[in-house]
Amino acid sequence: MIETTSITGTSASSEWLLRVRGLTKIYGDPDEQTLQSTGPAFDSNICPRTHAIVALSDIGFDLYPGEVLGIVGESGSGKSTLVQLLYFDQDATAGEVHFRGIDDGQVNMLGVSNQRKRYTRNHLLGMVYQNPRDGLNFGFTSGGNIAEKLLMAGTFNIGKIRARASSLLERTEVPVRRMDELPSTFSGGMQQRVQISKAIANNPPLVFMDEVTSGLDVSVQAKVLDLIRHLQRELGVSMIVVSHDLGVIRMLTDRTIVLKHGHIVESGLTDQILQDPQHPYTQLLVSSLL
Amino acid sequence: MVDNTKFKASYSYAFIDESTKKEVRRKMLKAVSIPGYQVPYSSPEMPISRGWGTGGLHLTLSLIGRTDVFKIIDQGSDASVNACSLREFVKAMTDCEVTFDTAAATLIQTRHRVPEEILTDKQILILQVPQPEILRGVERYESKTRQMHGEADYAKIWVSLYEAYVRFGTMMRGAGYPIRVNGRYIATPSPIPRWDVPNLNMAHCLYLFGAGREKRIHCIPPYTRVEPLQFEDVLFKVEEFRDIVCAASGEDRAFMDEIYDAEGTRKFVVNDSNFLDKLKTGSRPPQRLFVNPD
Repeated sequence: MIETTSITGTSASSEWLLRVRGLTKIYGDPDEQTLQSTGPAFDSNICPRTHAIVALSDIGFDLYPGEVLGIVGESGSGKSTLVQLLYFDQDATAGEVHFRGIDDGQVNMLGVSNQRKRYTRNHLLGMVYQNPRDGLNFGFTSGGNIAEKLLMAGTFNIGKIRARASSLLERTEVPVRRMDELPSTFSGGMQQRVQISKAIANNPPLVFMDEVTSGLDVSVQAKVLDLIRHLQRELGVSMIVVSHDLGVIRMLTDRTIVLKHGHIVESGLTDQILQDPQHPYTQLLVSSLL
Repeated sequence: MVDNTKFKASYSYAFIDESTKKEVRRKMLKAVSIPGYQVPYSSPEMPISRGWGTGGLHLTLSLIGRTDVFKIIDQGSDASVNACSLREFVKAMTDCEVTFDTAAATLIQTRHRVPEEILTDKQILILQVPQPEILRGVERYESKTRQMHGEADYAKIWVSLYEAYVRFGTMMRGAGYPIRVNGRYIATPSPIPRWDVPNLNMAHCLYLFGAGREKRIHCIPPYTRVEPLQFEDVLFKVEEFRDIVCAASGEDRAFMDEIYDAEGTRKFVVNDSNFLDKLKTGSRPPQRLFVNPD
């Protein structure tokens, strides 16, 4: 097992929503020294002996209710893996995650039964993937995709499902008359908005956003970001926003974690990190901002 | 010389060997214990093509004994080619009495229909199943569908019903309407019309479902709750034959076949051939009728 280190957030209060400690994900077979011989100091996340890939090493942070946490880093730094572990898309190698929604945060949510994981995913979490094809079922209509999330949470009334789906689509500015059309006939921005509707369908307290605007053109990007910020304020939902784009991070997030080679190299208030980056890698990121 | 008697009989009783029968019976017992759950089984290949009733035959031949009375129907008819050949085969291999009379049979093998006549607690109905996995239409991977059953994760099949309603204004599923067995597993009733689905609920008889290609058995034991999936505001309905009477018997409360004669005139005839025979002789067998909600 990996020893857990404590990284405190901006507040010392115990009212955290999500507490992550020692979260580690390794692909391949590690040996005892793998974690010690990878990371930013070695400029690699591949173990020199076993060639195991350390996607995440000993990640720890707290997330508070209503807070938006940004995760920034280059390609392959482990950003997406982090939210996928938290959304149960992949299994972690080690570490603990405590979430208020499961037994008031008393148990490690990575260790609960598959049924409870599924319940948590369907009722308490939302996810927006970079590629709409990961988050939406393209064989179902956009209304059907939202219905899936509602049905998973036990709404078996077509009238109620359609009312909820149309109000969500209206909110995310997708024309409601296109509710019964397949997402493949939609533009990329609209697909992304349908995905956001699906993610917030059950009013989850925590939503993950993985590079939501990366495939969109700049004007659509601005609209989607506006929508996310608006929804976040309106619903008071906590978010973890993954992006390699510091503009997105600046616009959406309160606090930011900088990842490199699976390690946290810097964390703190977003404004602080962007104005006065401490770690050389963060300085490089900020200075390359157009 | 001492005769080797082992190979004197060309086939064992009821064609398949005893160890296969034992395997199939054990798996049937498991299926009875977990209503609606698909139990995998193993068996050698049958001398008939897959898709022609091998799953049903595995179950029939494992269960049948010399005192059984056997009936086989194909799409409601005792007289179709498939029913006739399999009836000949079972008779030749078992010496059992065979019958057309639904009430007289102890073991009935069927394809695509449940008899109209109410079955009793002395009878077993064996249904041939082309595709045992109800979730296959929404999830192509077997490992995933097994996990979905294990965790009762049925949102996708519900979405398919929602989508059917949105696209067609009704929960269109011609045959094989999804059922929830004993409040737990969602299963296929095999491709029977919706008309027959209510007859599976709290029935007196045992329903066994055999899929020969996939080698799966599932079961609805007697007096088991079987609910067709339905929404709170959009309810399950059976086929309606409004203002339609049977051209052969004048009957209007049975599942009908639509047929055309040589002149191209459209007629309807009761689909269940034994039920029709009995109607013609003037005796109406007991029947459960489902009344559609408004």
